[in-house]
Amino acid sequence: MTNRRTLLTAGLSGLSLAMLGGNASFANAPQAPGKFVFIILRGAMDGLTAVVPYGDPAYRALRGAIALDAPGGAAGVLPLVEGFGLHPALKEMHGLWQKGQMSFLHAAASPYRERSHFDAQDMLEAGTPQLTSARSGWMNRALAMLPNAANQEGVAIGRTIPLVLRGPAKTTSWAPPLAPESDGDTLARLSDLYAGDAMLSNALAMAIETDRIADGGTMTSGDTGRGRQGAYAPLASAAARILAAPSGPAGAVLSFEGWDTHANQGGAQGQLANRLEALDVAIKALREGLGPVWANTSVVIATEFGRTVRVNGTGGTDHGTGGVSFLLGGAVKGGRMLGDWPSLSRLYEDRDLVPANDVRQLFAQGLTNAWGLDRQAVLSRVFSA
Amino acid sequence: MSLNAVIAANRFGLGARPGDLKKLALDPKAWLLSQVGQSQATNIRSDNLLTSAQAFEALQDYQQARAAQQRAAASPSPAVSFDERVRLADLVNQTTGREIEARIQHAVTTTAPFAERWVQFWSNHFTMAARNLQTTPFPGSFEREAIRPYVWGRFEDLLVKADTHVGMLIYLDQAQSIGPNSQAAQNQQGRRRAAGLNENLAREILELHTLGADGGYSQADVTEFARALTGWTVAGPRLRRLAQDAKIGTTIFVPALHEPGARVVLGKSFPPAGENQALAILSHLARQPSVAKRIAAKVAQHFVADDPPAALVARLEASFRQSGGDLAALAKTLIQSPEAWVPEASKFKTPNDFLISTMRASGANAASTQALRATFEQLGQTPWRAPSPKGWPDVASEWAAPDAILKRIDWANLAADVIGESFQPIAFAESALGPALTDKTRTAISRAQTARQGIVLALMSPEFQRR
Repeated sequence: MTNRRTLLTAGLSGLSLAMLGGNASFANAPQAPGKFVFIILRGAMDGLTAVVPYGDPAYRALRGAIALDAPGGAAGVLPLVEGFGLHPALKEMHGLWQKGQMSFLHAAASPYRERSHFDAQDMLEAGTPQLTSARSGWMNRALAMLPNAANQEGVAIGRTIPLVLRGPAKTTSWAPPLAPESDGDTLARLSDLYAGDAMLSNALAMAIETDRIADGGTMTSGDTGRGRQGAYAPLASAAARILAAPSGPAGAVLSFEGWDTHANQGGAQGQLANRLEALDVAIKALREGLGPVWANTSVVIATEFGRTVRVNGTGGTDHGTGGVSFLLGGAVKGGRMLGDWPSLSRLYEDRDLVPANDVRQLFAQGLTNAWGLDRQAVLSRVFSA
Repeated sequence: MSLNAVIAANRFGLGARPGDLKKLALDPKAWLLSQVGQSQATNIRSDNLLTSAQAFEALQDYQQARAAQQRAAASPSPAVSFDERVRLADLVNQTTGREIEARIQHAVTTTAPFAERWVQFWSNHFTMAARNLQTTPFPGSFEREAIRPYVWGRFEDLLVKADTHVGMLIYLDQAQSIGPNSQAAQNQQGRRRAAGLNENLAREILELHTLGADGGYSQADVTEFARALTGWTVAGPRLRRLAQDAKIGTTIFVPALHEPGARVVLGKSFPPAGENQALAILSHLARQPSVAKRIAAKVAQHFVADDPPAALVARLEASFRQSGGDLAALAKTLIQSPEAWVPEASKFKTPNDFLISTMRASGANAASTQALRATFEQLGQTPWRAPSPKGWPDVASEWAAPDAILKRIDWANLAADVIGESFQPIAFAESALGPALTDKTRTAISRAQTARQGIVLALMSPEFQRR
């Protein structure tokens, strides 16, 4: 434990560069950079449900009702390395794993150690050791390192440019033509906020009810039905289309929201499983949309922090620390579990997965794979600012 | 910071801009009082806006081109080219669009937001809405010419200015009203389209602008008043013969259209006096006790509560009567009334209030308000498009329909993206709501999944939805 603490506080310079298996083969990187895609899962995805440490002796007891089964059974996880399995909804991603096009970094975290979504997302996107007032993002700073200025362009899929892509390099954004409806989660939070306000709570309840009827009553419990947050795939397809276009941008950022599963999270099935499935479908859409460009693409999927290891009183999990991140794509030498596994025998602040690995290592690896940048230079120039 | 600063900014004003609450915290009442009577506070930048006479001419040009084209429809060559007709139509449209943008911009950026709310209240009391091609270009110039300059003066003067403005004369059909026994009607007899009396303006003045539906007037009063109003019209091309000196598109009194004779309204006889006959009646109406009572109730309802405290209404009524309908005195009485400062915010924001206060809270500048016009429409309150001469409703039950709430949430989602670029959610809520931000809302915001969601919760919180 002392060891890991030391590593964390020492920051990036203290981390072994060999930790992620530094990729020397990109010394011969092609002239035109490949494509880099960063997917932010906003709301904090429960890493222990996405990549299940079923082999950890403490796992089943700590997770209780939301624990998943070892590989084999109908609801069992999909095998990764010994003791770890992928959630059964992540079929496309498991296919990539089998092809050697996906790796994962468990117990991953940014240097942030509090539990506010906004600050954590800012930190994840800034990529710096501390939050500074200089509001630029690591992906933008990395774009600025591309040797040919013409390639220094990134696109945000959404109505605004998120912090990770803000900065000196050129950025654009693309939003679906129709503004998305307010999501069910926001409506649920407003319903809570309106408790005790008769006029507003009645109006909102009636509106949600009308929506349900219009929706054909197909929503599951815990989901209001409206603008269900499963529609990640169209955004991924759009990103693929824009990236694969002739002289398309070198990088894209996508934000998938709706991971804050404080209640009724579910296990092999349920709310979180539905989100994971939507994520998986989006990855498939991205791969298919990129076509031959996929071979030169790397994708990083990350979230602002993990969730509590134990289940809370409402069948969900609360804000935690260590989570899981993925690196995938045709340009990735995958099929590996990266970083250290801190085990569940001792928890961070007696509640969270220990943040054993700095997620920025994975970002640097993804940038290196896609754009052929020097890893050491990326670490020092992009992530220590 | 006291809650009074929030009340001054949000209930009396149009919502706090960043820094406002701190600025006015020292003496919120003095800040409000300083806006009363300020004529530059109610003026609006109008350098690129048309006067009502110019708007009238633009409309005439378009209508004449269209009429010429219709007459020539059968002939192979158009009388007026399509491009020219589009150009003329655009002039009319741009007039409307610029007026709406100027009004929104002013409301979002003004440093005297109580004065602007006071203007909007009176503009709604004397609703002149766009309801067809003939009325579309006028509400903006109507408000600038007939409302804004008079909101701190006597009610009677505002009444006369509003009800004799070109826009109102067209909107409530007065421009076409002709005395049945007038000189013009005599000359017209036997013609196909014998014009006659139109009671619309007279009726709405009695029912909406002065006494109220239960104000104790009869149908005979309406007809008599309508007769007295004949002659008041708009100088259009067809009236050239009757009023050679008149400037096109302005209000004129044409004696040849006026119904001769004395009129009896509310039991009082008004001798023949040409244009002054109607003015004398308006003056008499403005002094009726039911007017003082009704204006007091409307002001109290607009600023304080859907069902306002009787003590407040009585105070305002007394002010109106004692001052002879002095509107600046009325505004001061409102500000000095303890009932107006109760901590609970009970007024549910109209879409107009919600959008303007959101833009103000986000520190929006003039340029960023341009896209807002469509949003007012989506949320159901396009400026100057009130569904009837009664104006926009002023009570929560008319605005808090389930679908309306959902539309607000959807728009808040969009706005939150933009606001999130310059604000952290809690900081945004604090800047807009100060001490009115409840612990409950603060907690909900801090637990939001994304900054955007946090800002949506702030905008849709009960305390931001009310004033």
